[in-house]
Amino acid sequence: MKKLIIGLFMICLPAIGLAAGGAGVPLDHMEPDHGNKASLQRGAALFTNYCMGCHSMEYARYKRVSDDIGIPAKLYEDNLIFTGAKIGELMKNSMNKDLAKGWFGNPPPDLTLESRLRGESWVYSYLRGFYKDEARPWGVNNVVFPNVGMPHVLVEMQGLCATEPKIGHGASVDPLSGNEVDASPCTEWASEGTMTPAEFDTAMYDLTNFLSYMGDPVKMERERLGIFVLLFILVFFVVAYLLNREYWKDVH
Amino acid sequence: MQKLIQWIDERLPIVDAYNNHLGKYYAPKNFNLWYFFGSLAMLVLVNQLVTGIWLTMSYNPSAEGAFASVEYIMRDVQWGWLLRYMHSTGASAFFIVVYLHMFRGLMYGSYQKPRELIWLFGMLIYLVLMAEAFMGYLLPWGQMSYWGAQVIVNLFGAIPVIGDDLSLWIRGDYLISGITLNRFFALHVIALPIVLLGLVVLHILALHEVGSNNPDGIDIKKNKDENGIPKDGIPFHPYYTVHDLIGVAVFLFVFCVVIFFFPEMGGLFIEKPNFEPANSLKTPEHIAPVWYFTPFYAMLRAVTVDLFGLPAKFWGVVVMGAAIAILFVLPWLDRSPVRSMRYKGVLSKIALTVFVISFVILGYLGIVPSSPGRTLLAQVLTTLYFLYFILMPFYTRMEKTKPVPERVTG
Repeated sequence: MKKLIIGLFMICLPAIGLAAGGAGVPLDHMEPDHGNKASLQRGAALFTNYCMGCHSMEYARYKRVSDDIGIPAKLYEDNLIFTGAKIGELMKNSMNKDLAKGWFGNPPPDLTLESRLRGESWVYSYLRGFYKDEARPWGVNNVVFPNVGMPHVLVEMQGLCATEPKIGHGASVDPLSGNEVDASPCTEWASEGTMTPAEFDTAMYDLTNFLSYMGDPVKMERERLGIFVLLFILVFFVVAYLLNREYWKDVH
Repeated sequence: MQKLIQWIDERLPIVDAYNNHLGKYYAPKNFNLWYFFGSLAMLVLVNQLVTGIWLTMSYNPSAEGAFASVEYIMRDVQWGWLLRYMHSTGASAFFIVVYLHMFRGLMYGSYQKPRELIWLFGMLIYLVLMAEAFMGYLLPWGQMSYWGAQVIVNLFGAIPVIGDDLSLWIRGDYLISGITLNRFFALHVIALPIVLLGLVVLHILALHEVGSNNPDGIDIKKNKDENGIPKDGIPFHPYYTVHDLIGVAVFLFVFCVVIFFFPEMGGLFIEKPNFEPANSLKTPEHIAPVWYFTPFYAMLRAVTVDLFGLPAKFWGVVVMGAAIAILFVLPWLDRSPVRSMRYKGVLSKIALTVFVISFVILGYLGIVPSSPGRTLLAQVLTTLYFLYFILMPFYTRMEKTKPVPERVTG
């Protein structure tokens, strides 16, 4: 009976896992690495230069970011704060939300928690999912977020894909060498960018990695502490187990 | 020290209280692992109270500031992330241990005479806990907080005649707003915790009056030694306090794995849309309550027919309410001469197994979007859920039970 019941609970576990997934467009997988500070720093630079004019990070503070990703405060203040804010302030921008609604249809959302709302793979795929579509107000559309109101801000780096890029199909692998061929999801370009597809993918990895860090800045510290907490509980378990055995040895 | 205790005891019966509830409270010595979950529920309750107090210190209960203050706790408050994850994981942990605790009661007949009141207090605790969790879930003021509350409060609108006014009265506004948030906050941090604590005290006082049940469902007070101590009993302290420490260690291990490594639990404990601030103009694609409510949510959605001129939604609410209400009368539905599943017949075993499977699959169906096939399945399972109770007076009497031993079997 007991085994049966425990078994029943076990059966349900995968069902719960499935439920957490969710439907939608196929995505390219992105595995964030908050320990890769070089990547986070490049991501921070990209975000500040290309995104932050429109998208705030209003729940985070510059100082925390500069400390966490290892950019000295002075350097950060001189190069990565454009609004004249002090380094201890929240990362807001000067975008007027009411005007922005008129420009884009919707005000550009705050991105502090975007990676947790949609997931890193979504962000990574979205950033690489723009293509030319004259029917849209900004001349571009996105395979991951159809009819998005955002222009292709990184077009000078990526170039403009003429057709829908193949996101979520994985890079094809040469069966003989095992090397990736045709790593770009785009097959036909309307205009060339300053970066090769591989360079652009790396840049978008860094940017996504930075967004992932911003969504969950304590992740590294949390997981480091977690190991010690679990070790402590293991020791506590041994003590509790022995104590219990000592008390119960005369009970029959 | 001895003198101090004596001084107090002359004015307040602390020695009696200690003996009645710990030192000379004789619990059956054959508790198995299912008996950990009561004390674990107490542990989680304390966790919720303590972390809740500290969260309240930095939380801002206003529509303008709530979402930002939660992120402030997560980012700027020292150890705020830990407090918040302990509280959010604790909410789910509370329901896990309470569901297992209730299942233990079903399995060993702990609701049967003379423990009917314990069961009733327990059910009231469960009810208040659901209200507490529901109101707490609005506080982060994310999209799922907002729309979950919207959907649930609108359910009251399905009641004929008074429905619309009733939901308006609950919200305090025509839609979920800062006013709703403020009153939910007051209820979540003051009113409901007080009721909850009172009920827990009653639950335990009633338990200690009649004594604990055990996996054999035997009344250990029938077999006493010359000192009037049950032969199969053992003082709760120190025997079960040290015993429960093992349960605490195992529980904390799992609890901390979640807190430190999977705080969102894949969207089950903290749902993804809740990382976006509440927006009354934008409905999320798919609204699902948190997992611990989903079995009842699935029952609500399973009702699709209008009856007697009343909409299906109303009957869904009735079914959902009945699903919880029927648990209250359980002690009077079970007509079996034995308590424990060990000595009940095969019909009871099948019934309980089917009941548990139905409840769990309903929980799954309440999470995923509905489809015609899933709705049909939910209808079948809802029927099975109710049949467990409705048929109980018959199958518990019909079946052949095994003889119950005189003494506990370990």
